[in-house]
Amino acid sequence: MSELRIRGLRKSFDGHPVLHGIDLSVERGTLLALLGPSGSGKTTLLRLLCGFERADAGSVEIDGRRVAGDGLHVPSEQRRIGYVPQEGALFPHLSVADNIVFGLPRTQRRARHRVAELLELVGLPAHFGERAPQQLSGGQQQRVALARALAPAPTLVMLDEPFSSLDAALRVETRQAVASALAAAGATAVLVTHDQSEALSLGHEVAVLWNGRLIQTATPEALYRRPVTRELASFVGEAVLLPGVARQDRASCELGELALAAPLVPSGHGTIDVMLRPEQIRLLRAGEAARDGTAHDALVTEVIFQGQDASVALQLQSATRTMVRARVPGYLCPQPGERVRLTVEGEVTAYPRD
Amino acid sequence: MRSRAPRGLFAAAALSALLVLLPIAFTFWRAASFGIGEALDLIWRPLVGELLINTLLIAVATTLVCAMLGTAAAWFVERTHLPGRRAWAVLCAAPLAMPAFISSYAWVSLSENLQDFNGALLVLTCAYFPLVYLPVAAALRGMDPALEESARALGCNRWTSFVRVVLPQLRPALLGGMLLVALGVLSEFGAFTLLRFRTFTTQIYAEFRTGFDGGGASLLACLLIVICLAVLAFEFRVRGAARYERVDRGARRAVLRYELGAWRWIVVAGFALLALATLGVPLGMIGFWLTQPGAAAVTPADVSPELLWNATLSSLGFGLAAAALTTLLVVPLAFLLVRYPTRCATLFERSVFLAQGVPGLVIALAIVSLAVHMLQPLYQSATLLVVAYAILFMPVALVSVRAAFMQAQPRLEETARALGLNWPQTLVRVILPLAGPGLGASAAMVFISVVTELNATLLLSPLDTQTLATQIWADTSTMAFAAAAPYAALLTGISLLASGLLFALLGRSALPGERA
Repeated sequence: MSELRIRGLRKSFDGHPVLHGIDLSVERGTLLALLGPSGSGKTTLLRLLCGFERADAGSVEIDGRRVAGDGLHVPSEQRRIGYVPQEGALFPHLSVADNIVFGLPRTQRRARHRVAELLELVGLPAHFGERAPQQLSGGQQQRVALARALAPAPTLVMLDEPFSSLDAALRVETRQAVASALAAAGATAVLVTHDQSEALSLGHEVAVLWNGRLIQTATPEALYRRPVTRELASFVGEAVLLPGVARQDRASCELGELALAAPLVPSGHGTIDVMLRPEQIRLLRAGEAARDGTAHDALVTEVIFQGQDASVALQLQSATRTMVRARVPGYLCPQPGERVRLTVEGEVTAYPRD
Repeated sequence: MRSRAPRGLFAAAALSALLVLLPIAFTFWRAASFGIGEALDLIWRPLVGELLINTLLIAVATTLVCAMLGTAAAWFVERTHLPGRRAWAVLCAAPLAMPAFISSYAWVSLSENLQDFNGALLVLTCAYFPLVYLPVAAALRGMDPALEESARALGCNRWTSFVRVVLPQLRPALLGGMLLVALGVLSEFGAFTLLRFRTFTTQIYAEFRTGFDGGGASLLACLLIVICLAVLAFEFRVRGAARYERVDRGARRAVLRYELGAWRWIVVAGFALLALATLGVPLGMIGFWLTQPGAAAVTPADVSPELLWNATLSSLGFGLAAAALTTLLVVPLAFLLVRYPTRCATLFERSVFLAQGVPGLVIALAIVSLAVHMLQPLYQSATLLVVAYAILFMPVALVSVRAAFMQAQPRLEETARALGLNWPQTLVRVILPLAGPGLGASAAMVFISVVTELNATLLLSPLDTQTLATQIWADTSTMAFAAAAPYAALLTGISLLASGLLFALLGRSALPGERA
């Protein structure tokens, strides 16, 4: 059953349309990552769901109850949502514990209802309750903000780029703490982010918002393997794009005959761009034979070594001298100027050319 | 590692602090010269009881009304789609340039029925509510909108989120503004005299006039200082050590604004009424009396153009001289505070700020006594008056000069030295360009305060010299309303013009931002 159901949602600011008819639903107990580049309208969508802005058209249902649509606009405080803003926005005049119980009825506030339990849920020690928000690090503030949002047991939790202000090391740690706290609470959540690795690692499903339209809603794996446009392919990860021709479930290009993840729509054949991920290109060791028999000679022109892996620019030795990028494990990193043989593994995606 | 301050700088800063402490210490010394029995006799009078009740009642009432009015005005301007809010923002700050004794002149000349508690409350509220409006509006602008949104998402409606989140955030700004209002009312003298409302200040002046250098005035002055210090202590206690800094860092979003719907015209009418009371009536009445012949007022009197010219010149002259001297005096102290913030420097700073808590009339009175007893040749000289102004307005100047030096960080100075500039070149090419606007703002603020100052001018101005303020006071206290009008018009004009200049100098920071 869907916890959140959005139909035909539209919004414009000063005549500029920001959202053009959004349809989306989120299943109970799952986390939907709403991914999009900056300016795509994802924060506006979140603010419409929270009730901070009024939709121009369309409807929103939370837990089977309509909260927006046909002139109806239920104010934020009656939507039973939890909201985790970008930088936590803890109330600076209240202690951590008072922040957490802020949304509870007065008697439960007095009793500091569930403070220790919620602090534990977000991975903080119970004595943090007495601290002032100013005494916490950025990541700890985000965790408290999540605890505060979860305290009134909302039906839906909204997170607005909660990790974007944290530095890299803290981000990964806080991300895991938040994900496990949400899972432990069994909460249904919508996470807005522009960071593709965050969306892919946290979301049960990822919805991509592009110029005010939802262009793809899929599992993280499907989104990464079969993005619907070339631009999206480059946005959710590094992409190698090569011109080619499609015939049913095969595509031929500079890297030979490759298996398509899905046949080309609508006709099944035509000129295409083939998209594959750099890690699908594997360098063969000396004397090793390619699994399906096709190996290509290439010259290493540039190497960016990153420790656990390396990004290698390769010039194919076939007639057109096409450049491709491969991602290889760090311990197998070749030297610039080295001649190597490469092969492609896994399925590729095709985009029709016009 | 912190280096020691140069000796000359330290001495110059100490001089400013001593200058301020001198008259306050002298007041207490004079009062202490009474025997205890004598002092008690002077204090335990029904008159003192009446003054105490009057003074406290008007101070508390004005502070509370200003707090409500200022907060409401700031909220409507900063947080709603109020039609014409930019204009209202300016109109809510502008009354600061209108001295209370001029608006009381306008109101009293409109109706003599206003010469009571209600009239005093009306006039003082109109004069002082910007002191609450400005800091509260700034605090509302600086507040992270995500705080209110979080409160809404956690189940608070508009009103409860205002009470539980917005209001606690406003506390420091609101309390600071209320403190300024209370101290302003406690030191107000001109308006109370014209409104025939007896408080400590009017009585101190009366005793000074009858007994001249009598001890009665300094005893009452001591009582008033004690009340002011009690207000300061109370504010310090209520504000407490609570934390209000923003927790987060990083970019801010535009603030939330509420729709007023059908209410907006009622709110606009309220703002119009406020502008009418604070600016419309004073300016209108001055305009009215300007067109009346001198004989039309209760007391007929005519204006001599020569006197008008001389009064204007001396007002401007005193203003400029005091602005220059005051800024010069606080520069060493401000520099010391920014670069060598030792405990001693903080002590100097506190002593200077003490002048803000002590009524101007009391300081002026002490300077008169000092001059009469020890510096006879200086008494009623222009020099002493300018020094008195400097003592009174050093706190005002110190705030903005210190902020100006904060802009010129040592890093920048070091960079300039590393690029081959010597110390004077660094001063001219780096420090002054950075601190210049702040120094200018400080001078402008002192200038405005001096031109509209009444107490010290009245007590200390040379016998043959009249300023605009003393001339208005002389004419209005004899009910010669038409005669006072040209002086009032000129004084208000200069004050508004200088305030406008100050606004331009400080930029638009005092108004609602462009984004919105």
